[in-house]
Amino acid sequence: MAVELMTDMSQTVAAHPAGTRRYRRATTEGPVAKGVLIAMALGFLALFLVLPLIAVFIEAFRKGAGEFLFALREPDTLAAIRLTLTVAAIAVPLNLVFGVAAAWAIAKFEFKGKAFLTTLIDLPFSVSPVISGLVYVLLFGAGSMLGPWLKSHGIEILFAVPGIVLATIFVTFPFVARELIPLMQDQGTGDEEAALSLGASGWQTFRFVTLPNIKWGLLYGVLLCNARAMGEFGAVSVVSGHIRGLTNTMPLHVEILYNEYNFVAAFAVSTLLAGLALVTLVLKSFLEYRYGDEIAAAAKH
Amino acid sequence: MLLNRRSMLFTAMLAASAQVGGLGFAFADTTLLNVSYDPTRELYRAFNEAFAAHWKAETGETVTIRASHGGSGKQARAVIDGLDADVVTLALESDIDAIAKNTGKIPADWRGRLENNNAPYTSTIVFLVRKGNPKGIEDWGDLVKDDVQVITPNPKTSGGARWNYLAAWAWASEAFGGDEEKIKGYIADLYKRVPVLDTGARGSLTTFAQRQIGDVLLAWENEAYLAGAEFGDDQFDIVVPPSSILAEPPVALVDGNVDAKGTREVAQAYLEYLYSQEGQRLAAKHFYRPAKRDLVPAEDLSALPDIDLVSIDDPLFGGWAKAQPYHFGDGGVFDQIYRPGSSN
Repeated sequence: MAVELMTDMSQTVAAHPAGTRRYRRATTEGPVAKGVLIAMALGFLALFLVLPLIAVFIEAFRKGAGEFLFALREPDTLAAIRLTLTVAAIAVPLNLVFGVAAAWAIAKFEFKGKAFLTTLIDLPFSVSPVISGLVYVLLFGAGSMLGPWLKSHGIEILFAVPGIVLATIFVTFPFVARELIPLMQDQGTGDEEAALSLGASGWQTFRFVTLPNIKWGLLYGVLLCNARAMGEFGAVSVVSGHIRGLTNTMPLHVEILYNEYNFVAAFAVSTLLAGLALVTLVLKSFLEYRYGDEIAAAAKH
Repeated sequence: MLLNRRSMLFTAMLAASAQVGGLGFAFADTTLLNVSYDPTRELYRAFNEAFAAHWKAETGETVTIRASHGGSGKQARAVIDGLDADVVTLALESDIDAIAKNTGKIPADWRGRLENNNAPYTSTIVFLVRKGNPKGIEDWGDLVKDDVQVITPNPKTSGGARWNYLAAWAWASEAFGGDEEKIKGYIADLYKRVPVLDTGARGSLTTFAQRQIGDVLLAWENEAYLAGAEFGDDQFDIVVPPSSILAEPPVALVDGNVDAKGTREVAQAYLEYLYSQEGQRLAAKHFYRPAKRDLVPAEDLSALPDIDLVSIDDPLFGGWAKAQPYHFGDGGVFDQIYRPGSSN
C-alpha cells in the first residue's frame, strides 16, 4: 500500500514538472527582500542580545584570566555567591510546592473566588520589584507594628537573610503556578477522575497521574523561577541593607563593584550570572523540545 | 530511582540548612556594623583591619567590622528603617540629621561630640585634565577661557554636582568681590561649556574618560585619584586649584543601637581611632584630607596640598538649608542661568 502511494505521488510530481507554476509559493518576496528582512532580524538579535553578552565576557577578561579568578576568590564575592545560592535553595523549593498547590487548586477544582486567586498569583508580576521590597520594609521595619516586637524577641528579618528570602519568594511566586495552570487546564480532569474511579487515593492520583503529566512543565517553571531568584535586584536591594559579606547577593555585589570602578570584578561576577542565564536557556530549549512531545502525547489520548 | 531522587532532595535541604546555620554562627565575637556611603570602601577596608589589630592589642578581644556601602541618602533611610548600624559614616550631615530626627537613636546635638565637627577627614573638588594639561587649566577662571569644555553632572539630579557648582561659585564670589551679577555670568558661562550634562558623577566620568569628551572634569579629590588608577595614570593629570569647597563627611555613633547591642565602648573607640595617627594616615593614603594634618608624615600629604577651602556653613552660602533652595530649587539660580540649547 505504502509503496503504491509513493509511486502515485512520484507520478503526480512528474506529471507537473517544475516551471509550470501550477501552485503559487506561500511567500512571493524576491530574494533581496528576504535577505534584507533576515539580515535586519539577525542584526537586531546581534545588537541587543549577543553583543552585550560578549561585552560582559570581554570586560571580565580584560586584564587576563588571573585577575578574573582573583576577583572571584575575593571573600565578599564568595559570600555573595553563597548567599545567592542559599536564597535560591530556600525560595525555589517553597515556590515549587506553593506553585503546584495553587495550580492544582485552580486547574482541577471549581470554587468561589477562583478568579480572585488567579489575579493574586499574578500580583508579583504586575507590581514593581521596588514596591515588593518596600512592602517588607513597611511590614517589618523599625517604624512598623511588627518590627520592634520581633526585634525585642531577637528575630531579625529586615536587613538580614530572612528578609531577602521573603522578598525573593514574593517576586518569584508566579513562575511555577503560571507555567502549570494553562497546562493543567488543558489536560482537564479526565485522567484524575479515571484514577479515582479505579480506587486510587488522592495522594496516589497526584503522585502517579497528575505529577507525571506536568513534570516537564514543572521543571520549566522551576528553571525560570530559579533564574529570577538568583537574578532579582530591585526587591532584594530594598531589604538587604548591603552589608558586605553578609547580606549582599550577587546582583547587588555587581552594582557595588561597578560603582567602585572595580570593572573586572563587576564583570567577573556578571559572567557567573550570564553563565547561569545561558545554562537556563539551554535547559529551557531542551525542555521545550521534550515538553512539545509531551503535549502532543497528552493530546492524543 | 525514587530513592535516588529523595536522597538528592534531602541532601539539598541539608546543604541549605547548613548554609543558613553557618550564617548565624560565624559571628559570635563582637561585631560592629559601619554603615557608610559609596566611595569609602577602600578607606574603611584598610581602616577596619587596622582597628581590629589595634583593639586586639589593646584589649585582647576580637572585633569583626562589617561594612555597608551605598548612596548616602539611601543608607540613612536603611538605618531609619532598622538597619542595625553601630556607627554611621556618611557623606552629608543632613543624612545623619535625618536619622537623629526620625529615630531618636542619635542625639540631636551629635555634631560636635567628636573633633572637627565629627569629620575625621574632609574632601574637596579638584580638576581632572588630559595628560600634560594641554589647555593650561590651573584655576577656576581658566574653565571659561578660550574653547575649554567642562564636564560636570547636573546639579539638579546629582548631589556631588552641587559641590562642583558651589566651589565655582565660591571662587567667583572671591574673584568678583561678591558682585552677584558677575558671579551668575561666570556660572552661566561655565555651564554653557558643558557639552554633556550627565545625571550623575559616574556618567560624567564615563563621558570624560571613555568617550574622551571635554578638557576638564570637576571631581572629588579621592574620586579623581581612583579614576586615574582605573583608567591609567598616563591619561590624566590632577590639578588642585588654589581654592575650592570644603566637604566634611561626618561620622556618628548610633547610641540607640550600641546600647541595645552592648557595643558602645568598642564603637566609640572605633570612631576615636579615626582621629589617631594611624587613622589619619590611612585617610590621607586614600586621598581624603586628614583633619589633623600634623599627625601625618609630609610625604603622605604631598598629593593633598593645603589650599583655601570654603565651607558650606560660610556666610556666603549659609548652610545647606539655605543654599539648597536658593541655588538648586525650582526657579533657583541654576534654573535661571542654565537654559539648554541657548547659545548666548
